Amino acid sequence: MNEPLTIALWVVFPYLCLLLFVGGHVWRYRYDNFGWTSRSSQLHESKLLRWASPLFHFGILVVIAGHVIGLGIPNTWTGALGISADVYHTVAVTSGWIAGTATVVGLAMLIYRRRTTGAVFYETTPMDKFMYVVLGTVIALGMWSLMATTFDWNNHYDYREGVSIWFRGLFFLDLRPELMTLAPLNMQLHALAGFAIFALWPFTRLVHVFSAPVWYIFRPYVVYRSRKDQLGSRATKRGWDRVGTRR
Amino acid sequence: MRVMAQMAMVMNLDKCIGCHTCSVTCKQAWTNRTGTEYVWFNNVETRPGQGYPRTYEDQERWEGGWKLNKGGRLSLKAGGRLKNLLTIFSSPKMPALSDYYEPWTYDYENLTAAPLQEHTPVARPKSMATGEDTKVRWSANWDDDLGGSPELAQHDPILKKVSEKVTLEFDKTFMFYLPRICEHCLNPSCAASCPSGAIYKRAEDGIVLVDQDKCRGWRKCITGCPYKKVYFNHKTGKAEKCTFCFPRIEVGIPTVCAETCVGRLRYIGLVLYDADKVLEAASIEDEHELLNAQRSVFLDPHDPAVVAASEEAGIPHDWIEGAQRSPVWRLIHDYEVALPLHPEYRTMPMVWYIPPLSPVVDVVAETGEDAEDSGNLFAAIEALRIPIEYLAELFTAGDPKPVDAVLRRLAAMRSYMRDINLGREGNPDIPAAVGMTETEMKGMFRLLALAKYDERYVIPPAHTENAHNLEELATECSLDFDGGPGMGGDGPFGAGSGPQTPLAVENMREQTQRQTDSGVYNDDTGKPRRVNLLLWDGDGAPQGLFPSDGIEDPEVGKRR
Repeated sequence: MNEPLTIALWVVFPYLCLLLFVGGHVWRYRYDNFGWTSRSSQLHESKLLRWASPLFHFGILVVIAGHVIGLGIPNTWTGALGISADVYHTVAVTSGWIAGTATVVGLAMLIYRRRTTGAVFYETTPMDKFMYVVLGTVIALGMWSLMATTFDWNNHYDYREGVSIWFRGLFFLDLRPELMTLAPLNMQLHALAGFAIFALWPFTRLVHVFSAPVWYIFRPYVVYRSRKDQLGSRATKRGWDRVGTRR
Repeated sequence: MRVMAQMAMVMNLDKCIGCHTCSVTCKQAWTNRTGTEYVWFNNVETRPGQGYPRTYEDQERWEGGWKLNKGGRLSLKAGGRLKNLLTIFSSPKMPALSDYYEPWTYDYENLTAAPLQEHTPVARPKSMATGEDTKVRWSANWDDDLGGSPELAQHDPILKKVSEKVTLEFDKTFMFYLPRICEHCLNPSCAASCPSGAIYKRAEDGIVLVDQDKCRGWRKCITGCPYKKVYFNHKTGKAEKCTFCFPRIEVGIPTVCAETCVGRLRYIGLVLYDADKVLEAASIEDEHELLNAQRSVFLDPHDPAVVAASEEAGIPHDWIEGAQRSPVWRLIHDYEVALPLHPEYRTMPMVWYIPPLSPVVDVVAETGEDAEDSGNLFAAIEALRIPIEYLAELFTAGDPKPVDAVLRRLAAMRSYMRDINLGREGNPDIPAAVGMTETEMKGMFRLLALAKYDERYVIPPAHTENAHNLEELATECSLDFDGGPGMGGDGPFGAGSGPQTPLAVENMREQTQRQTDSGVYNDDTGKPRRVNLLLWDGDGAPQGLFPSDGIEDPEVGKRR
């Protein structure tokens, strides 16, 4: 069962991607804090953005929450709470459709906006374009999986008995690659593309996700800082040599 | 009382000739980069006019600054913290690039590279935002000198406020320039809007800065600032703003805009204020009281209690002295001629303005009357209600009384000094009419008309980077200068008493070593050195205790 390809696809590749994801973020945070931004293009265009960006972002936040629940929580737990598989399925599929549609529509509008607004396209980096392709692929494959689940193209395949257990196993070193070979093609591809974007994540503008400023709610309005912890009064970080200074 | 020092500026609008030198030098120094083409940390607007970005003062539209909520508490006009976060994906009130202007350059290459042709080749304008051909339709100064009036000037949000009485000739009778930089507010709404906490107010000098490493480009500050003086660098995706030229201020020299100001209309100095009172003052309900509320936040640097509290708060002594000599403090407090820009935004701005008397003078002069007679000027100030209301909308939240008082003082000074300049006795009734003594009037005249560089800019340098030099001041030999008898480090202490290693540093190092080291301390620099016998603990013979024989040490040998 555990052929080299199976191991490569469902063990090596995910771990490689996660390694890049974690290592890449640590590296980028330490050496490229200046480049760590959402790179908003609202300055150039805001009419389309007004609708597209919230649609996409709120949509994808719900999608991410859905993935966390679907992949992270064993069905025995929800069962113990008295939530039957049917109820779970209905709720998951319904919210999946709402959030998924919002995400797809939002993303489509955002890409249209990016392509057609001269100034926004001018600011788009090659990495942005690559990221859009991968992100679009992940979302498209996800929608395919959602359709397959909704319209039962997958022969009653329950991802909570397969994909989810494989996914959780990755984090508990309980490797179950054979479960993925039994998963339908749409979910296999979605999982692979999903891990691919994790690998890409730290090197794109997607890093802004990890700066979600939730602590803004709790901090005092005006921030005071002393010159003492300013540039020049502390040793520069490793990796950068400031011209003309020795520390 | 929590005393804090604030580096502040006053601009005397009567002297501004609208030459834009400040804007250009500022741009060359700070925003001459890709991503900031449209950014002017310093800009000069013609008033009446729409300003830059267009109609930024219309806070019903842009929702910048603070407001009082229903409970009478101060809150951001664009919405509280939660609303701020929920609208993070698309900021609802952010000006577009077209509200500033689309930056452009010209296709200069075409002038030299065009093939031989019948018509002279032209350099077409190219948008720096898209790289495409563009048509130049607007700029940071499109309505400079009332260009395009009255069509353009009628959209001035301030003019609209006073518009009931405005006549169409308004722009013909009244015009002045308003140079603007970041206000470095005591209660900065940009910092309060920043979800990342990247915008901060420096505790030492109150300069408001954006930490470029912390900014994540959420662009909330741009909405938050009612003066629209935080800009979005569209290349780096980070917010940028006027830095009050802090690297210059820290070493005691004025900002680039002030340094290069042709009219010498800018004054820079310290103001001491009570940080505990800021919130209360910004929350005063009556907008007309905001000016006095802000004044009440300031602390008199001559008050011994304030001096004591400042010292307790760790403000260096020369900073307190600087605050006592501060031209900004004198203009705000002693002569009461400086006013803040838009106190109704409740941000407690710290760049203040002396409103211009010149439009009034011009009107009097045009009638053929004596424009330097205080009576004529006072009467004109009475009569010119519209310009005064306009100025009041800018500087006093619409209350004409303070503007009136300032203009009267300026008119009185003009009239009083005319007599003296013509060799006559100064008329003490004129200063008395505006509540000043003759000495005060002369002092104000000196500050406004004659003040030299070091009177206009009283900037005590920051301390950390100078500490090293300062501790040497009293210990160096007065003869030890270039060309002096002690030159070349060969001071009166003999060879090896070089100035390279400052005495205090050497002592410090030696003392630490002596206290922590059981053996004999020798540094490994190999430089000729001497031992401070006062600090020698008699433990062994450190290097340099005795003069070397001059053979091993080529440096010493050479000197002999």
